Amino acid sequence: MNSIPRLRDPAAAPRLLLAVCIVALLWPGFSLTEFDPAALFDERGRATIVKFVGTFFPLETSPDFLGLVLKSTFETLAIATAGMAFAILIGWPLALVVTRSLSISRIGPGPGLMPGRLVRMPARFALMFFRSIPEIVWALLFVRAVGLGPAAGVLAIGVTYGGMLGKVYSEILESNDTRPATALLEAGGGRIAAFCYGMWPVALPELVSYSVYRWECAVRASVIMGFVGAGGLGLQMELSMRMLNGGEVSTILLTFLLLVVLADGVSALLRKVTG
Amino acid sequence: MDARLSVKFNKVSLEYPNGVRAVRRLDCEIRKGERVAIIGPSGAGKTSLLRILATALRPSSGTIGVLDTDPWRLDRGNLRRLRSRIGMVHQAPPIPPRQRVVTAVLAGRLGQWPAWRSLASLVYPMDIAGAERMLARMEIADKLFERCDQLSGGQLQRVGVARVLYQRPDLILTDEPVSAVDPALSDRVVGELNREAIERGVTLVASLHAVDLALHRFPRVIGVRAGEIVFDLPPVRVSDGMLAELYASESRTVPTQDNQTLETVPAGVRRRPMFS
Amino acid sequence: MRGAHWAVVAGLVAATWASFAYLALDLGQLLTLEAQAQMWKYVVSFFPPDFSAGHLSRIGQGTLETIAISAIGTALAAVLGLLLALPAAGRFGVVPRAMARLLLNFLRSIPELVWAALMVIAAGLGPFAGTLALAWHTTGVIGRLFAETLENAPAAPAGALRLSGSPASLAFLYGTMPNVVPQLIAYTLYRWEINIRMAAILGVVGAGGLGQMLYFSLSLFQQPQAMTVILAMLALVVIVDGASAWLRQRLVH
Repeated sequence: MNSIPRLRDPAAAPRLLLAVCIVALLWPGFSLTEFDPAALFDERGRATIVKFVGTFFPLETSPDFLGLVLKSTFETLAIATAGMAFAILIGWPLALVVTRSLSISRIGPGPGLMPGRLVRMPARFALMFFRSIPEIVWALLFVRAVGLGPAAGVLAIGVTYGGMLGKVYSEILESNDTRPATALLEAGGGRIAAFCYGMWPVALPELVSYSVYRWECAVRASVIMGFVGAGGLGLQMELSMRMLNGGEVSTILLTFLLLVVLADGVSALLRKVTG
Repeated sequence: MDARLSVKFNKVSLEYPNGVRAVRRLDCEIRKGERVAIIGPSGAGKTSLLRILATALRPSSGTIGVLDTDPWRLDRGNLRRLRSRIGMVHQAPPIPPRQRVVTAVLAGRLGQWPAWRSLASLVYPMDIAGAERMLARMEIADKLFERCDQLSGGQLQRVGVARVLYQRPDLILTDEPVSAVDPALSDRVVGELNREAIERGVTLVASLHAVDLALHRFPRVIGVRAGEIVFDLPPVRVSDGMLAELYASESRTVPTQDNQTLETVPAGVRRRPMFS
Repeated sequence: MRGAHWAVVAGLVAATWASFAYLALDLGQLLTLEAQAQMWKYVVSFFPPDFSAGHLSRIGQGTLETIAISAIGTALAAVLGLLLALPAAGRFGVVPRAMARLLLNFLRSIPELVWAALMVIAAGLGPFAGTLALAWHTTGVIGRLFAETLENAPAAPAGALRLSGSPASLAFLYGTMPNVVPQLIAYTLYRWEINIRMAAILGVVGAGGLGQMLYFSLSLFQQPQAMTVILAMLALVVIVDGASAWLRQRLVH
């Protein structure tokens, strides 16, 4: 019991090291991000902010502007919906291709094994490529390819969400009971038939529920994409910000928040009806 | 209130919001430096009594005096200062599992240390030697830098006692301090609390489940049942009949540390020497 | 139930058709030979990507800037989030709780990119605007998570310390924090991972990092340079995904 008192905290050195590491890593960050809160409060900056924020209230409610906002809101919803239609067109076939349990070559002894893989690999790669580039970058690219306007937004959502849907659809199909489909394939059925009779009935609720959730995300994304010129509410917000018209900005922000709540409600309702 | 008193209860009652009356019109005085054991069946109101003493619960009626003051007439700052003079050993030690033993013990003096010292102690323990001395008295000095979730239940409970010893309070309250410790060790822990009280001349009030421990270690034993004091006597005058009556509702036997029947002699309970 | 299903399907088809009609999308035009040739030309103009040393070093700089934006933004948000989580967890009463929750909801509801556009106006073009934008939105997200963690933390340890005379603030630091810190760190790291991806694209509204480089290259019709930036973004995302998966696996075992 007569141990020499250990008066040093053994954890002190590791703690110090950790603190030094964190500071050493964060410190250059402040200069890299040109961190300078004073910039918010210098003469010119303050004047701009005060003027801008001061105009946030009251909200802009002139009938002309409200009409414009309503039109943009519809446009945003339409972009999201049309974009989802595209995404399903892109994601669905690719999902069928990459789903292993729908592969005919996998079950049979035969020469089809290698070609089967050769088709699946690029399909997987395409899906990954589509979804790994953020939708706003796709929007930026499409704005330059097809011009300013909603078409770029529809295509951007179609491509990005096509990649996501394809991956998740195939995951859902794989995670469900695949024996019925395999049985159909072994009995000589085709891929489409195996899917329609073996998988569709089981997986449907999950597929629908995920698609509806994605639509909800697409509504938000289509607002964001407006900032790079792809139409909808975001485009209006960008224009109002450029003109430092705070009243318009706050009206649009409020509309956006309502739209998100609405999309949330619609998606919950749809999932309840179909689930 | 009389300056020689540590605790004074005047017709104290406590009723919980759900209507249970835990304490009924209780009168009691405990002098400074006294060591008192409270025994009684579970649900008798022992814990409520201690929580009133600790100023954790405000009595529904009646007045209390703790360390020369009525805690419920104090402003926040003075109530805090009063509380820093009261140390409570809890039944289940309320110590965060990820805290280190040394920090858990030093936390006993948060009410006395200046704020800078408490803050600095989070980074580097400010009184390692002091914490170790208290842990050594509990025979767990080797656990000084362990995390509390590495300890057994009994070790953790002793950390809780070490924290109160480190606090150096003027009134030590203990609520079943040894429920998770084996008999030999519980004897030692209760002995250590008694030694602290004797050496520094402070008051010790302990609620105990094990009657033999209460009778062997404390010069004054209070039997409580249904929120009322049944007897308040030195242990030599506590008879078998009194104990049997006290625990009549609970079971046929009087609870002891190792569930052995209590050794008694006709004049009362045979007492062991104070420091065995 | 059968009827309801068909009604939903019909509704969805109608909504899709209405959307295309409303947007007056001329899909036929996209499929003409001329449009396709133009599209192909545009795609080809991105190749080969620009791998010159000068451009790569600028991309390295942009990547560092992106990581710095995400790190500083997340760190700021962790501090602000904790400060707001205390009232939001009801530690100062009912009114501050409602106010803090309202503020957190507001911060969270506005997407990072909208914050970025606003901050570009307030702080000027550059990474500082992106940092602030991430900080505001993440404060809203993290503050709510922190508040929930604090509300679920056991009350006994801090209560016991207050009972022995400790001031409430110190009782919080000694009694509550040790219980919640691992969860707070986990939430912060999780948001940091998301914020790295977000910081890469915030630049398209002028808030610094790789996104701003991409925006500039595309505006100047420098497609090969833009392609390299896109590849860098992809690499960043893949590396962050891999690193976080690896870390998670290690932490679990």
